[in-house]
Amino acid sequence: MQLSGWGNFPKRTTQLTAPRTEAEVAAQIAEGRAVARGNGRSYGDSAIGAARTLDMRGFDRMLSFNAATGQLVAEAGVMLSDVIDSFLPRGWFPMVTPGTKLITLGGAIAADVHGKNHHVEGSFRACVDWIDLMGPDGAVTRCSHDENAELFGWTIGGMGLTGIILRCAIRLRSVKSGWIRQTMIPAANLDEAITAFEDSMAATYSVAWIDCAAKGAALGRSLVMLGEHAEPGEVPPRYRATPFKAPRRRKKTFPMNAPGFALNPLSVRAFNALYFWNGSRQEGQQIVDWDGYFYPLDAILKWNRLYGRKGFMQFQCVLPQDSAREGLHRLMSAISESGQASFLSVLKRFGPQDSPFSFPMEGYTLALDFPRHARAIALMPELDAITLDHGGRFYLAKDSRVPADTFTTADPRAAAFAQWRRENGLADAFASAQSERLHL
Amino acid sequence: MNLPVLILGARSDMARATARAFAALGHPIQLAARDADSLGPDKADLETRYSVEVTLHEFNALDVAGHAAFIDGLPALPGIAICAVGTMGEQEENEKDPARAVAVLRSNFEGPAILFGVLAERFVNRGSGTLVGISSVAGDRGRASNYVYGSAKAGFTAFLSGLRNRLAQKNVHVVTVKPGFVNTAMTAHLDLPAKLTAEPDEVAGAIVKAVKKQRNIIYVRPIWWLVMSIICAVPEMVFKKTSI
Repeated sequence: MQLSGWGNFPKRTTQLTAPRTEAEVAAQIAEGRAVARGNGRSYGDSAIGAARTLDMRGFDRMLSFNAATGQLVAEAGVMLSDVIDSFLPRGWFPMVTPGTKLITLGGAIAADVHGKNHHVEGSFRACVDWIDLMGPDGAVTRCSHDENAELFGWTIGGMGLTGIILRCAIRLRSVKSGWIRQTMIPAANLDEAITAFEDSMAATYSVAWIDCAAKGAALGRSLVMLGEHAEPGEVPPRYRATPFKAPRRRKKTFPMNAPGFALNPLSVRAFNALYFWNGSRQEGQQIVDWDGYFYPLDAILKWNRLYGRKGFMQFQCVLPQDSAREGLHRLMSAISESGQASFLSVLKRFGPQDSPFSFPMEGYTLALDFPRHARAIALMPELDAITLDHGGRFYLAKDSRVPADTFTTADPRAAAFAQWRRENGLADAFASAQSERLHL
Repeated sequence: MNLPVLILGARSDMARATARAFAALGHPIQLAARDADSLGPDKADLETRYSVEVTLHEFNALDVAGHAAFIDGLPALPGIAICAVGTMGEQEENEKDPARAVAVLRSNFEGPAILFGVLAERFVNRGSGTLVGISSVAGDRGRASNYVYGSAKAGFTAFLSGLRNRLAQKNVHVVTVKPGFVNTAMTAHLDLPAKLTAEPDEVAGAIVKAVKKQRNIIYVRPIWWLVMSIICAVPEMVFKKTSI
């Protein structure tokens, strides 16, 4: 069947199965060129098997929880949203969460996702104690920081190309409420935004929405949002009796693929200006609920339909700290001059990262969505070149289009990863459309 | 107070979703299936997610002689029993191989019906209880493409209807669930229309609501009521020439 990622592009033919037992998983692996798929939220072609795709959402059991250490043992198909549903009422929250909760734990490990606290606590890797991984022969290996450490290292951020993740142990964080004390800092331009990030390294959470349509002196104007878990006393009075319970948000489903003209430079510019103006009015501190703070887009199911039938692509790179300021200026100038403003653009300061193949590095990451039309596609090589010039690299979980030579030049670790896969007999058993495209 | 909920045929996707939905409400859960010990991870899951007590029980729906002993072996008589037992098989094989047809007829009709008959007596003696039978829209009218399975479900639907009628004055309620297409392991190989296909969680939610509101017969997606009304209204001389 034809399968795509969250960006609805590319669509690739693969044989999709939903195994329910480990024996069924082993049988699929034996056929070769397989990859596991979670909830399909990676944007490009990473969760499309080169020949076979294993929908792992049937493996969705939580197996144990230790309230003394906060360690949760669960199968790989358990969703982060389920973890929150079950454990926030008991005072626990994911240690690291990306901007959607609609992902599986297996997917979070494979992409080594990052969140608004990366500058302090690192990527998802920081909360993973061990992983049970099924190898090419169907044997299950437990790996951790101490046991099979090399396999553990490559698996986190390894995009499912080291084996099929079956189970994992992750640590949750203890929180005193389900609310966040948010501080909104409007930044008039890119330099102000960077200063705001550098001044906020002690904040637990920090992220900025950045206006890609603004030009000139306002280039890169941003809303920098800091967050701290709120104390029970800070919870709004009407929710204070049940501090872990957020107001239920009405879920809306984006009804259909939007027509191609819905997102045009004018509507995107207007949206960005409105968003900045509205955010600026909320300068200072506010208490907001966890769902709205961490997962604003989860309230609109199937929001990827906004980009229409042709789908969209995401550009996400990270630039190292010493060249980030200059690189970001060049990226933002290129985007605003092209007139191809991104509807949703996010800037984030990363902290140090120590792992063999994960995306983050200390510096700044910029994430942009573009509809898939000719002018936006033409802009991509320019952004790629700026990223390369500044020593940056690309995020596989978002990628559907980076050329293989660009990727390997930007990320020399890719060659080492590919070699390690060959030496360990993994290259034939595990392959995705992405790994074949990028020669991983 | 929260009485246990007994889930029969606990391995299926619909059963697992239903077990979670009732555990989320704080009910202790009794999971019954063949090779019950292999349901250890499901027991752990319900306990970890919802902090409820979960017990595992060996149960073979086809062993009708053993049904009374099975119920006696439960740690407590459940307040609600949900039967998700049944196999669909392949219609072509069911047509040709009597053994397969018998397995489909027995697992969808005989086993569940006899067990509910035994449970009904216990519920009447106690003076309360709810029986939820997962039947199928396939039982509303026999069609060439799956009438072996469909006729077994028709039998089960009729049985549930009669049981409901008999127990209506005795404070024992019977719910008939007709899920329509459901996205499960049983249907994974079929190409199902999205608008007519429910997720297992939807079925579970519909069952919880039906138990609470004492509904009699529910279609999980309301559109199925319309679809089946139309299918049932077609005169037989026309119907026999169609292929739906």
